[in-house]
Amino acid sequence: MPTPRSSRKKRKEVFALGAEAVAEGALLAGCSFYAGYPITPSSEIMETMASRLPRIRDGVFLQMEDEIASLGAVIGASLAGRKAMTATSGPGFSLMQEHIGYACMAETPLVVVNVMRGGPSTGLPTSPAQGDVQQARWGTHGDHSIIVLSASDTQECLHMTVTAFNMAEKYRTPVILLLDEVTAHTREKITLPLPGEFEVFNRVVPTMPPEWYKPFEETVRGVPPMPPIGSGYRFHVTGLTHDVNGFPTQRPDETVDLNHRLFRKIDQFFHDIQVVEEYQTRDAEVGVVAYGSVARSARYAVDQARARGIKAGLLKLGTLFPFPKAAALRLLSSCRAVIVPEMNMGQMSREVKRVNGGRSSVRTLNRVDGQIITPSEILKALTQV
Amino acid sequence: MSDVTQLIHQYLRHNKKFPHVFCPGCGHGIALGSLIRAVHGLSLSKDEVVVVAGIGCSGRIAVYVDFNTVHTTHGRALTFATGIKMASPKLKVICIMGDGDALAIGGNHLIHAARRNIGIAALVLNNNIYGMTGGQTSPTTPGGARTATSPYGALEKPFDLVDLARAAGANYVARGTVFQAHLLDRLISSAIERPGFNLVEVLTPCHTQYGRKNKFKNPVDMYQALKHAAVPREAWEHFSEAERKERIPVGVFVERDEPGLEERYRVMQAALLARPKAREALPEPNGHDPASTKAKLEGVES
Repeated sequence: MPTPRSSRKKRKEVFALGAEAVAEGALLAGCSFYAGYPITPSSEIMETMASRLPRIRDGVFLQMEDEIASLGAVIGASLAGRKAMTATSGPGFSLMQEHIGYACMAETPLVVVNVMRGGPSTGLPTSPAQGDVQQARWGTHGDHSIIVLSASDTQECLHMTVTAFNMAEKYRTPVILLLDEVTAHTREKITLPLPGEFEVFNRVVPTMPPEWYKPFEETVRGVPPMPPIGSGYRFHVTGLTHDVNGFPTQRPDETVDLNHRLFRKIDQFFHDIQVVEEYQTRDAEVGVVAYGSVARSARYAVDQARARGIKAGLLKLGTLFPFPKAAALRLLSSCRAVIVPEMNMGQMSREVKRVNGGRSSVRTLNRVDGQIITPSEILKALTQV
Repeated sequence: MSDVTQLIHQYLRHNKKFPHVFCPGCGHGIALGSLIRAVHGLSLSKDEVVVVAGIGCSGRIAVYVDFNTVHTTHGRALTFATGIKMASPKLKVICIMGDGDALAIGGNHLIHAARRNIGIAALVLNNNIYGMTGGQTSPTTPGGARTATSPYGALEKPFDLVDLARAAGANYVARGTVFQAHLLDRLISSAIERPGFNLVEVLTPCHTQYGRKNKFKNPVDMYQALKHAAVPREAWEHFSEAERKERIPVGVFVERDEPGLEERYRVMQAALLARPKAREALPEPNGHDPASTKAKLEGVES
């Protein structure tokens, strides 16, 4: 006998694309503004938002003339108090670098989803790749700190999008969510969270009188409160190096204060930002470090290796940058060899090698033919080390 | 004179370290004055005005005025302004750009903002040169003019901003000069007040980078030339081809009253929300109720 609808507290299961899960996660996180430009393989995120946002009170969807304009509009909306996002793929991500830097400098919370496809240039529009990892970290000019996340399956697309918005709001920073074509285009069952199940973080707004407010002042967390435009706190926002009032400055003392704070506000919360999953790593002798759709192959390969008596373990990276050094060191310290399979020529293995310090033997496993890395390839590598 | 002092105290920032960046003879200060008089004349509160500026000498205007100000990236001011206006339609968004800013690197954004007819007052301060970077050729540098990057004379034809904005679909297109400050006050005031995308081209001399290389002895010469060249649009239309040479029509060129994008979006959204079926299928406005989500994801109870 079915229970009455109202008493049901079960989570709802739906069949969704990774891209649709991203849109769902964004709406759960309170995103009410999307501006974008169509590009394969990310367009499904845009199309879902185009359908959903106009039917939500205050929801705004805009199709802009290019990716530069898209991120410009997203920054404008964020300054006006909205949680805002855009989604793109490699070529569009390259165009967005200018405004990613602006968002870092002006400390504007926003989320950019990059569904990675084969590159360089227009490359392979409908094939997966992971070639934008270092670009996500260092793509815009100048020293800057940034948060880069990734998701490996449809469920994670939803969760990580919420996490991305939370981190953007908490640290007043752009957050890049890197997916790959396979993750965005996999349709599978996901569980929607119950209302209020996820913590949703909203940016801290100033409570002092406007005349006391200094928009870029040092705070304990390194993150100054941020009022929406038009709320009575009139201040100046600029991409130029600025003082605590937001006015351009060239004074060395003010310049160094700003630059150090922009790094420190991310650095000192490493523990909060680092999202990793350690699978079978406790007694692992050979390890795999993977992210994105490759992590799914890696997990299967680890199970297969264990069935053959090889003590394998997986470190799945949810946060790519700042690089989860502590978790990587744990794996590197216990394993005689660590394999880093990637759909690029070795962008994340650089980071693993950088922190390795001779602890383990770091092997790369690369594929740049537009095909996924299969479990058997990883299993073969695990049996050979 | 006391009015001017009063406006300065009311609208310029007290906590900004002056002096400003403008050279002696620059017209940007006059355009800034017009902007302030227009805002004052419309009795707008400082909190509801947003000044979004691009990069270049004109972009620095945003630093001085006591409004909500955003100094953006080169050529992209309109994209930020579009986001602000759509996110917060009650705000009066004024975009200040230079000629290189709006027409070269930002040309695409300009025509699309005009096509969308987004509710922004766009002021393009046209001094026919890239002033801040040292006097290079801009898309409005007259043919034959000498600049740092056209030492033998500019070969390319300049853009006519009024024609461009009109063709792209702007609601209101006007041209004024800093020599005729009262006319400029009126044009800017209309641009701020009216719905949709309203563009005012402001001709403003740059003696430091343009005049000195092009046989203008001093800034006064340039203002004299501007005074001679500028004629009301109505008179210009009756000029012969020969008379039109070396003359520039000023005044209002396009006056349409089409609703802005933000208004058309509001109407569409209101209609959608009025349909109970559409509304029910959606999460709460804060997006916290996924249980009622049916729109794109076809759900099954587990």
